[in-house]
Amino acid sequence: MNDIKEKILSICPSATFEEGEYLQINVADKDWFPLAKAMKEDRELNFDVLTAVVGMDWKEAYGVVYYLTSTTHDWDVVCVKVEAPDRKDPMIHSVSSLWKVALFQEREVYDFFGIKFINHPDMRRMFLRNDWKGFPLRKDYDADPKLNPIPKDDEKNEDDTRSYVEDEKGKVTCVPGKVFAPGDYVVNVGPQHPSTHGVMRFRCAVDGEIVTKVDVVSGYIHRGIEKLCEELGYPQILHFTDRMDYMSAHQNRECLCMCIEKAMGLEVPERAVVIRAMMDELMRISSHLLAFGCTAMDLGATTAFFYGFREREQVLDIFEKTCGARMSMNYNVIGGVIADLHPDFVKDVKELIRIMPERIKEYHKVFSGNIIAMNRLKKVGMLPLEDAVNYCITGPSGRGSGWSCDCRKKHPYGAYPQVKFEEVLEYGCDSYARYMVRMREIEESVKILEQLVDRIPEGPIRAQVPKIIKLPVGRWYQQVEASRGTFGVYIESDGGKTPYRVHFQSPCFNLVGVMDLCCRGNMIADLITIGAALDFVIPDIDR
Amino acid sequence: MEVNIKSMKREDFKDNEYIDKLVEELNATGANVAVGKLDQLINWGISNSLWPLTFGTSCCAIEFMSLGAARYDMARFGFEVARNSPRQADYIMVQGTIVHRMAPVLVRLYEQLAEPKYVIACGGCAVSGGPFKKSYCVVNGVDQILPVDVYIPGCPPRPEAFFYGLMQLQRKIKVQKFFGGVNRQEKVEEFFRQHPEERGQID
Amino acid sequence: MFDFSIVTNWVNDLLMGFLPSWAAVLVECVIIGVCVLLAYTVLALFYILYERKLCAWFQCRLGPMRVGPWGLLQVFADMFKILIKELISLKGTDRFLFKLAPYIIITSSVVMLACLPWGNGLQIIDYNIGIFFILAVSSVGVLGILLAGWASNNKYTLIGAMRSGAQMISYEISLGLALISIVVFAGTMNITDLVAEQQSAWFLFRGHIPAIIAFLIYIVAATAETNRGPFDLPEAEHELVAGYHTEYSGIHFGFFYLAEYLNLFIVSGIASLMFLGGWMPFHVPGWDGFNEIMNYIPGPVWFLAKAFFISFVIIWFKWTFPRVRIDQMLAFEWKYLMPLSLLNLVLMAVCVALGWHF
Repeated sequence: MNDIKEKILSICPSATFEEGEYLQINVADKDWFPLAKAMKEDRELNFDVLTAVVGMDWKEAYGVVYYLTSTTHDWDVVCVKVEAPDRKDPMIHSVSSLWKVALFQEREVYDFFGIKFINHPDMRRMFLRNDWKGFPLRKDYDADPKLNPIPKDDEKNEDDTRSYVEDEKGKVTCVPGKVFAPGDYVVNVGPQHPSTHGVMRFRCAVDGEIVTKVDVVSGYIHRGIEKLCEELGYPQILHFTDRMDYMSAHQNRECLCMCIEKAMGLEVPERAVVIRAMMDELMRISSHLLAFGCTAMDLGATTAFFYGFREREQVLDIFEKTCGARMSMNYNVIGGVIADLHPDFVKDVKELIRIMPERIKEYHKVFSGNIIAMNRLKKVGMLPLEDAVNYCITGPSGRGSGWSCDCRKKHPYGAYPQVKFEEVLEYGCDSYARYMVRMREIEESVKILEQLVDRIPEGPIRAQVPKIIKLPVGRWYQQVEASRGTFGVYIESDGGKTPYRVHFQSPCFNLVGVMDLCCRGNMIADLITIGAALDFVIPDIDR
Repeated sequence: MEVNIKSMKREDFKDNEYIDKLVEELNATGANVAVGKLDQLINWGISNSLWPLTFGTSCCAIEFMSLGAARYDMARFGFEVARNSPRQADYIMVQGTIVHRMAPVLVRLYEQLAEPKYVIACGGCAVSGGPFKKSYCVVNGVDQILPVDVYIPGCPPRPEAFFYGLMQLQRKIKVQKFFGGVNRQEKVEEFFRQHPEERGQID
Repeated sequence: MFDFSIVTNWVNDLLMGFLPSWAAVLVECVIIGVCVLLAYTVLALFYILYERKLCAWFQCRLGPMRVGPWGLLQVFADMFKILIKELISLKGTDRFLFKLAPYIIITSSVVMLACLPWGNGLQIIDYNIGIFFILAVSSVGVLGILLAGWASNNKYTLIGAMRSGAQMISYEISLGLALISIVVFAGTMNITDLVAEQQSAWFLFRGHIPAIIAFLIYIVAATAETNRGPFDLPEAEHELVAGYHTEYSGIHFGFFYLAEYLNLFIVSGIASLMFLGGWMPFHVPGWDGFNEIMNYIPGPVWFLAKAFFISFVIIWFKWTFPRVRIDQMLAFEWKYLMPLSLLNLVLMAVCVALGWHF
């Protein structure tokens, strides 16, 4: 850590440090961009992944907290805190030219806090309507429903964009631009479309059948979870995680629980840790089975979809017996899990372990081995390794580009250090590789279950927690490997009963950011397969 | 006259006073024999061929997929022909939260459905806003923007609950009057009164 | 085989007996029209149920169960519903063409159905260019699809219609060439003669290798011609919402829906006539007892059974295979299927010229 400090001080002498969970660097906005550039490009630092971008309103100033990770240096994480100098018209220099993932992340911060990012090429709103008044996550936001009533009229297509460009003298001017070129033939896919997996909207400029540009319009299911969290106590915010990425409900909820437990310094009983890991893997199997089914269905092979769902029902049965619900299980709680395992749990899991290998063979027979499926998936939606890292595409999609980014290996948590499993990597960089990673991950999850199912320790299922949970002042960031990638939870506490700020860093938001890159030059039909192979869940994007 | 669903006991449905009231009303006023029989035939057709519009915003949509999958198999009831084009669908099942940005889109989808059309609000979010009720941009129940026929509570509802809701819709359809009940022509005239500039543009 | 022309001639004579000849022909036309439309509707409804049940069984489901015994009345419920659905007309569309398109499609498929003989003498007109006429009429259907796509004033429908145009025009070549190989073999285009030629054995067996290749090419091209999976790009649900008929509602959509299923029957019927001996029973040379029993099964049953079997195969394709992409589909036709069918035609001609057949 100390050499990082020295190195950063040599680049930017004005930086100050705070010790916390991770090393925190406080830097002024004017020094931020050069420091970021150095941190990314310097070989010794090499912070090549921008993990999280969290907009903040500290009442005295707006600002952004960045979490950076270095893939080469043992997955070190540092936290950078940048404050916008002017509260009236907050502006911060954009890092989107260094880390492409910031293109969307910074738009989100602009949407919620009104912080303008200088030199960002496309400063539009992300989730809210263009005619929305105010910036909802600001602490002084006026939530009067009269200001923003339920809209009656259709939303106008926003073709105008703007960027804030700084000249040499440091003067910032607003430069208008256009999203599409004047002659573009724009086809609108979504928000109600069978293959956007929810209410996502892509505006595609096409040349014949070939897609030349994709403009992602998101926010059709933006429910303002982060703002809701600020008014609720810690145990009350847990249930939102189940409803974001409903296909990784257990992992997301575990992540939030772990973040709060970490802040409280709470030790989780061993039994709960193992149960959590098993539930995570079951959830992963169910999610990947759904992904398999949806990929097949989007390609028109409807029967494979039903085969995937057949086994998924079996996983849901296990959930239902123990958690009492098929979806939105609400199972993890702070300090452990809410209910003990059902007596049939071990038997059911063993049955699942028994049938899965042959069922996977059947899937390969029905779908993966099909020549048409291969032609549709191979060499489609290429995402080279550099781009995957730059856009922070984690999870099966990132591993399909050969990026070893499994959070269970890089930041081991829970019961994962106890088990042996392989991190699945494919090097095809195309949709087929992403699809195959998912199929192989089901096998790995089965292996993990196999190791854990006979080793569930006896003991309590949850730790003693106080009735009213208060976190000490500070900021925490916790990551887990959800079904679709690294899911992160950021909590900032001012010592009260409710969090000061909660931010969910969802993997799907990054996935959808890469759609434009993947789809360019491919055909309209490929847009669907690329989306299916990236496998994003819309409520996780919009939150 | 009573409204029955095949192989379902009436006791399982008697909690629906609304439909019982409709039946009473229908029995009291009576209908012409020929028109009444024709109505029954048409209602039998509509109620047994409810094609959903594929529309889901969040978790409920996944449960809807389970509904179509092998274990629950809504094809048994003839509900499986999910149409992606609202013109060809019979009902819209609002599965999931409706937020401000989506609200006009949903209304438009509803308007694009061809008559006779029905709305089912499915899941806590669509019924009342659910856990997101206090949010700054969530519509607290789709009944604020659409006329809802059936509410299915749950978060998300189980597939069995979906079936129960769909059967309630079937019962509701079975007491509707096609002749004199739904008159599209009147609505067209009313539309032209409100938008005189559209006359001649559409027929 | 029992000759149905005895019956039809008897009806003709009966009518001629007490009516002037023009009136008799008129009455016959009306009877035939009613019969054809009735057969059309019943067949289409049967096919809808057939496919829904089949796909359910492929997918470990039950399929329609609750409406009528085994769900037999399901399709009637659907038809009642579709008939009373509102017909939506849209702003900014070409109204005349928009309404014309479904009728063109349904007309084309009704005419094709009318040309198919179901049994010996059970046909409306015995053309000497029968198979050629059917192929010609089948091309009219694509016009309806193009009109529907264009008149709807919608980008999805337009893309769907353009795909459909490209697809049907391309695959028609292979389809035609595959049928021409059989015409070369039989030396006639008259359907009755074609079937009569298969008295001893079906063309599929008599023409051995080139006939089998032609049959396979025909099945692939026919799948593409009817816009069915894996070639269902024009209405690719997951890409183009509902393709060229996205904007159609009510019975207009019903026409597309019926025509789609009926075209499936028609291509299967043609395959059964051209390759599988039409209404001729299945005979094995030498097994006289077996052949005798087969002869007792009436011709129309044979014809329908063969057609349903081929439809089963095509439905099986649809529910198993993923959809191909437009460029892959066109490349497949122009790079592989068409050269193959040309070569096959040459091979067939050589076989016929040298007498290398049974």
